[in-house]
Amino acid sequence: MNERRPIRVLIAKPGLDGHDVGAKVIVNRLRNAGMEVIYTGLRQSTDKIISAAIQEDVDVLGLSILSGSHVELCQELMERFRGKGIRDILVIVGGIIPREDIPVLKNCGVDGVFPVHSTLEGVENFIREQVSKKRGEGLREKGPEI
Amino acid sequence: MSVPGGSEKKEKASAKGGEKKPKIREAYTSFGQPVKVHYGPEDLEGFDPRRDLGDPGSFPFTRGIYPTMYRSQLWTMRPYAGMATAEETNERFKFLLNSGQTGLSLAFDLPTQLGLDSDDPLARYDVGKLGVAVDTLDDMERLFDGIPLDKMSTSFTINSTAAIILAMYVLVGKKQGVAPAQLRGTVQNDILKEYVARGTWIFPPKPSMRLIADTIEYCINQIPRFNPISVSATHICEYGAKAEQSVSLPFLNALAYIEEVLKRGYSVDQVAPQIVFHMAVGGRNFHLFEDVAKLRAARRLWARLMKERYGAKNPESMRLKFSTGALGGGMTAAEPLNNIARGALFGLAAVLAGTRSLNGGCFDEAYAIPSDLAIRTALRVQQILGYETGVTDTVDPLAGSYYVESLTNQMEAKMRQTMEEIENRGGIIKAIEEGTLQRELARQSYEHQEKISRGERILVGVNRFTSKEEEKPIEVYRANPKIRENQTARLKAVKDRRDPKRVQETLSALRQAAEKGENIFPALFPAVEALATAGEITSALKQVFGEYQEPRTV
Repeated sequence: MNERRPIRVLIAKPGLDGHDVGAKVIVNRLRNAGMEVIYTGLRQSTDKIISAAIQEDVDVLGLSILSGSHVELCQELMERFRGKGIRDILVIVGGIIPREDIPVLKNCGVDGVFPVHSTLEGVENFIREQVSKKRGEGLREKGPEI
Repeated sequence: MSVPGGSEKKEKASAKGGEKKPKIREAYTSFGQPVKVHYGPEDLEGFDPRRDLGDPGSFPFTRGIYPTMYRSQLWTMRPYAGMATAEETNERFKFLLNSGQTGLSLAFDLPTQLGLDSDDPLARYDVGKLGVAVDTLDDMERLFDGIPLDKMSTSFTINSTAAIILAMYVLVGKKQGVAPAQLRGTVQNDILKEYVARGTWIFPPKPSMRLIADTIEYCINQIPRFNPISVSATHICEYGAKAEQSVSLPFLNALAYIEEVLKRGYSVDQVAPQIVFHMAVGGRNFHLFEDVAKLRAARRLWARLMKERYGAKNPESMRLKFSTGALGGGMTAAEPLNNIARGALFGLAAVLAGTRSLNGGCFDEAYAIPSDLAIRTALRVQQILGYETGVTDTVDPLAGSYYVESLTNQMEAKMRQTMEEIENRGGIIKAIEEGTLQRELARQSYEHQEKISRGERILVGVNRFTSKEEEKPIEVYRANPKIRENQTARLKAVKDRRDPKRVQETLSALRQAAEKGENIFPALFPAVEALATAGEITSALKQVFGEYQEPRTV
């Protein structure tokens, strides 16, 4: 893995929720910050999201969920991620998320939760820090690639 | 940007040199015009109150669509309700009616909005979550059990599947012995804004426009007191529209619907009176006077468009009938009780602008769908506005204000300009199909968010005057985890008792009507009555209409 590769991000809308303005705001912000960002569009199944994440070789998967189904969707997605042995993709979730659900989401393996009114810098900085950490850890675990 | 009072020290310092020159904070309208420190008669040159305002209730209706407004009747106080199963929603309806609410507003869960049945695997996490699940006529009957439809006005937030829901409502009425002509209410049925902002589309734009025209046509002929469409500004606003766009875009959508029906040989005076609007106040861009001015300008612009462009003769065609929604996006997650104050101010804007109906904002909107407490508080806020403040004592109390009239004039001009720009580029449907409109709004929304990040747009408790204390979490509404199980069991029971042959026959007749391009309503009723599910009806129509493919918009 090349450390200088720009951070690649997949922003996805799982489930039936049609509110994607927040997702698009994040796409714009991260692109302006120099990241390569792909947006899935609405109503994506978790399987489709996972295969897009693999195919696009992303560092980060961002889920935007405002329909109240964040817990079920994240549990399903993280389980399938684990089933495929994927551990090096940073998973973050944003949307309308009650505070007491944050630990629930983290317990199922989500790395970061950003409810509405989280700051854009907060999201960007979290991604930068965590990806560089993950890239470092990834190298240690797998040994040098090439 | 500085706040008044924040620069006191500097003022004193600069006053040393003899002439006192206070520091003046810069201010701009949402469309980038500098706001003057004060306004006077010179700002209303060419303004003719007879021509540009008229009396309340008369052309161009700037001051209100009826002469006596709140002196005769307050606005309808209509919080948004609907959850889980038909029984729970029915219970909540009765609770709201007992609390003095004067109209019902019904939210549906996402599967119902998308034509997916509760037993559809795609629906598995969303049954009964954001609203009530309606699979068949049976659910609708239980929803309105004990609620006399001839005494009720019900507003349905439903779009792609509006025709199906309306057909169900008509049949529930018939069962109660209420003739269709007596039914009052509204279906949102505004598909164009779904492609732009809300996302519950199913079919491509062309067949969707035809379904909407079918619904309008059915209402004109059979249930004239029912509004077949409520053209909505709220979602477009939440999606990043600026004040003038929050009127010009819904107007372009409305004109597209009207023209679709005019093609069928109806006159503008038959169609336009059926169209109502759901305007927006508040939100993250909130500006009290701009919100009032934009709604006053909207009334005038609509009246002029109908009369001048479409040759309407009936004043009903020129009256812009709108309800108003306070934008939930303006409600902050930080210090949620502050949102009660925001809701009151958003509501004040709507009332000063002469709304006929208001969905107040709830303080917990940033967390979940509103709890009982939040809904009741939002209703109380409206009652305080209506009964304690005196703002209802006279019609259009801000009329004649140099500032408000100047803003109203500027707003109308901006709205016309944005409408023209889109029309010159090939029209609203083209802009939506190509995704150019969605791209523009997404960009505006992003720019606005960056302004909040930089502290240029102040949000109290978020980027200014924040408190360090850990907040107590508020109690939020939780959907019952058993809903899906219960609802699918109920659906199974309905499927078991219906006549499958009759379902198949009515569905195939519906497909044929769709293929032939006939109005689908005569074929829709038998299918609904045969207990075909919303999902089955939608699938039948998909076979003829196809499915929408999103353009790239970011």
